[in-house]
Amino acid sequence: MSSLSLWISSSVAVTARSESDHRLRLLSSSSATIATSPALHFCCLRTEALKLGAKSNRWKVVAAAVAPQNGSASDEFDYNLVIIGAGVGGHGAALHAAEKGWKTAIIEGDVVGGTCVNRGCVPSKALLAVSGRMRELQDEHHMKAFGLQVAAAGYDRQGVADHANNLASKIRSNLTNSLKGLGVDILEGVGTILGPQKVKYGKVGSSGNVITAKDIIIATGSVPFVPKGVEVDGKTVITSDQALKLEFVPDWIAIVGSGYIGLEFSDVYTALGSEVTFVEALDQLMPGFDPEIGKLAQRVLINPRKIDYYTGVFASKITPAKDGKPVIIDLIDAKTKEPKDTLEVDAALIATGRAPFTKGLGLENIRVETQRGFVPVDEHMQVIDVDGKLVPHVYCIGDANGKMMLAHAASAQGISVVEQISGKGNVVNHLSIPAACFTHPEISMVGLTEPQAREKAEKEGFEVSVAKTSFKANTKALAENEGEGLAKLIYRPDNGEILGVHIFGLHAADLIHEASNAIALGTRIQDIKFAVHAHPTLSEVLDELFKSAKVGRTGSLDPEIKSSPILHWLKSTPLVQVWHLLLSKFST
Amino acid sequence: MSQLLHLGTSFVPSSSTALRRNPTSSPTIHISGNKRTTIQAKIREIFMPALSSTMTEGKIVSWVKSEGDKLSKGESVVVVESDKADMDVETFYDGYLAAIMVEEGGVAAVGSAIALLAETEDEIAEARSKANTSPSSSSPSPAAAEAPEKAVGAPEKAAPVKAAATVTVAKMASSAHPASEGGKRIVASPYAKKLAKELNVDLGNVVGSGPMGRIVAKDVEAAAAAGVSVAAEDPKPSPSSAPVKVPASTGIELGTVVPFTTMQGAVSRNMVDSLAVPTFRVGYTITTDALDALYKKIKSKGVTMTALLAKATALALVKHPVVNSSCRDGKSFTYNSSINIAVAVAIDGGLITPVLQDADKVDIYSLSRKWKELVDKARAKQLQPHEYTTGTFTLSNLGMFGVDRFDAILPPGTGAIMAVGASEPTVVATKDGRIGMKSQMQVNVTADHRVIYGADLASFLQTLAKIIEDPKDLTF
Repeated sequence: MSSLSLWISSSVAVTARSESDHRLRLLSSSSATIATSPALHFCCLRTEALKLGAKSNRWKVVAAAVAPQNGSASDEFDYNLVIIGAGVGGHGAALHAAEKGWKTAIIEGDVVGGTCVNRGCVPSKALLAVSGRMRELQDEHHMKAFGLQVAAAGYDRQGVADHANNLASKIRSNLTNSLKGLGVDILEGVGTILGPQKVKYGKVGSSGNVITAKDIIIATGSVPFVPKGVEVDGKTVITSDQALKLEFVPDWIAIVGSGYIGLEFSDVYTALGSEVTFVEALDQLMPGFDPEIGKLAQRVLINPRKIDYYTGVFASKITPAKDGKPVIIDLIDAKTKEPKDTLEVDAALIATGRAPFTKGLGLENIRVETQRGFVPVDEHMQVIDVDGKLVPHVYCIGDANGKMMLAHAASAQGISVVEQISGKGNVVNHLSIPAACFTHPEISMVGLTEPQAREKAEKEGFEVSVAKTSFKANTKALAENEGEGLAKLIYRPDNGEILGVHIFGLHAADLIHEASNAIALGTRIQDIKFAVHAHPTLSEVLDELFKSAKVGRTGSLDPEIKSSPILHWLKSTPLVQVWHLLLSKFST
Repeated sequence: MSQLLHLGTSFVPSSSTALRRNPTSSPTIHISGNKRTTIQAKIREIFMPALSSTMTEGKIVSWVKSEGDKLSKGESVVVVESDKADMDVETFYDGYLAAIMVEEGGVAAVGSAIALLAETEDEIAEARSKANTSPSSSSPSPAAAEAPEKAVGAPEKAAPVKAAATVTVAKMASSAHPASEGGKRIVASPYAKKLAKELNVDLGNVVGSGPMGRIVAKDVEAAAAAGVSVAAEDPKPSPSSAPVKVPASTGIELGTVVPFTTMQGAVSRNMVDSLAVPTFRVGYTITTDALDALYKKIKSKGVTMTALLAKATALALVKHPVVNSSCRDGKSFTYNSSINIAVAVAIDGGLITPVLQDADKVDIYSLSRKWKELVDKARAKQLQPHEYTTGTFTLSNLGMFGVDRFDAILPPGTGAIMAVGASEPTVVATKDGRIGMKSQMQVNVTADHRVIYGADLASFLQTLAKIIEDPKDLTF
């Protein structure tokens, strides 16, 4: 323990400011939640120590320390917790609440699983699994390099579509069963908040049933955003909802928006033989990705494929195909609004992002106004009303609050809210939530992009360094003939804090978690670089990445590191043997 | 048995673009500057950088900038792949990217020049000529190695080829485009656009065959093939004849519609063009016993039947220069200064006509060696344009299939083509009233009647028959 305290004290100095921020936050929110307990205080301290200054979620640490409370719903309410929306976010929250022994209900007006399971992540992964194989089989050069001979690969569209549909049904039933198994009530219908702690559910127009709940979580998610001027007919002008059904594979499809949805679909469509035209409003394709990763991705995912693109243009008008005419897309300059070009294509996929689905929720009954459709929340996901005050007992998670529109972010927020309600101050560290784009190869990221990090560094006065490794140097990647790829680490050279990690390459989506976990737990580069990775695996790309980072003035493998606190700690454990092994390995 | 390789009945004049789809080998990008310029400090070389301590050579992944682009300090110019990663290489100077010396996909050693940077626009031309005269010596890549070879091989030809290509494309122009509101816009699929850029095809002149008249990839390929085929003909005419395709593949799916490959497109275009030339045919039967005997005797020295036939034809042409002439404009004709015998060869996916240059002057052994080399190159699709576009008289031999007679289509731009049938044992009556067995073959010459008349061909064939029936001159 003495060595541990050494560690803590060294970090507390660095993180003094963020910790005091955190305490302020706790004070401000305690009025709306259950009072802070001494246990919480201790936990936070400990978490601070572990996360070494990063604002991270600390519920994992907390969960072990505090016993669950609330065996059943109190007499006042029908439920401890009612969740509106059974998507991945609502599901995550419901499971966690049920684990705590709360009486929980989840209201779903459509199908369990929400967008992710039915019209998003899940079926798209099925299509991408197919496209990945098609792409591989069609790549003669690739096959030849393996010594494989494959006759012309073909596909059956309906078979591909069925695979996606079957996967969605399977995951949907898994989700339903897991809810039922834990005793969560699934209430069918549209949920509307009638007032504080009161919710109505039922079919639209019917009187419905009114239930009361101690706490309410809004988790209604989002729908594809369709810009004005675009007429979606569901056949030739479609959104991801219809595209995932793969009812036809057009010869030529325009994809409006080159974010991760557009990119993934371009991967699917080109593998199945379509030609693709991207229409991107910003000046660069793949906005939102780290620019360097985006550039490389463009070179691999766009340039060699049957894809062309327009950047800096809006699709001001999109008319579906009819009367023997193709889909017509009018393009205007994004800045000057002057007409730029007209496209005539077989289909158009609108992938311009997603809009929150928050209509009919009865938010007016609790004096809440949406902002561009999003429900305003504080960092604990507690809803804020028109006066800027927190609404007691009402939370909003996932796409509906717009903080980070990712399924797993929604789920993390849901769990965090349950923790928050049970009195264990919890804030989701969104910078530790990874994101992935499942193209071939995949793109993944966590934390800040390089420009964001540099901007932050400028503001806060610290230095930023970047380390990079290539998949070309990785044995496993080369064995797979997939050496194309890059991993990039953005970090603080002074203290070894990981600010962001971006990966483009084979199985990047699976590789990112070492980095996201490190950020979540506040692990520093100088510590994680001694972790051992199985050889030969793709994970060695990250291993090499961490090792190539230069933290502090002395070299990372400098003998001076022996004086660092961690070594003292290591020496007091059997791990010291591992340590010596590592040292001998690195010094050769 | 190299004779088996000469299956060609017809062939197609085709540029390296058609053969290889490699933009670096397109004749149009070759710049015909062969004058040596003094190297000035204002033209800087862009070197292959060392991106890692272990890097010895780098591959050019892509040029971010094109020749003629203005560069400012710090801008990315080229993406280089090292043994570890792909890196953007930036310029340290302002200026213009004057000449790219190592094309995309090419490899260059660390420290060798990969491009030239000119300080001002005026110096671009100068830098380009420098690039041509001092090619990056240390680039082992085929793409990079090719450029200088071509520059040496056909320096004066590159420019006319380019000009011809432009003219041709203009000729194919079609103003009305159903999918483009009366030609106001060009509607082309993404891949078609990419191909057009790669093959240097102006989409404004391509007729679309896709849905609603849209230009699709195969339209561009067809246009490119047509463009290059005619272009290739112009400087040095190269012949073509009936596109008889040897059914080589058995894996053909019946009932499918298959778009022309680039080469097939070129053949098609050529065949249609050949209809503009008034041709006629004269046949002759030649006894080959003596030739066969000679062949048997010198076969062991690497002499091939194709070389023997080419040699005999060339010797006959020496005496009948009009048969070796060509008429291009319909107003005049050219007595070609050299006798270059093109021989049709079937190759994978098409036909090509490697040319035996100065076949009348080169000895039979050298000619045979040359032929072997050409055939190997043709099969590897590595023939340079001057090796298949410079024929003045064409031979097409189907004898090895047992075909006893056929006629060939005259390749536009040449004067005559000779179709050679099989040499077969034939019962013949001799002048002294006896009946005997002789090996005989039938040849059939197709000629441009604007310049070559019946009597010309008849006397040429008579001379040829004499040479073949008494072949001592073939070996000198």
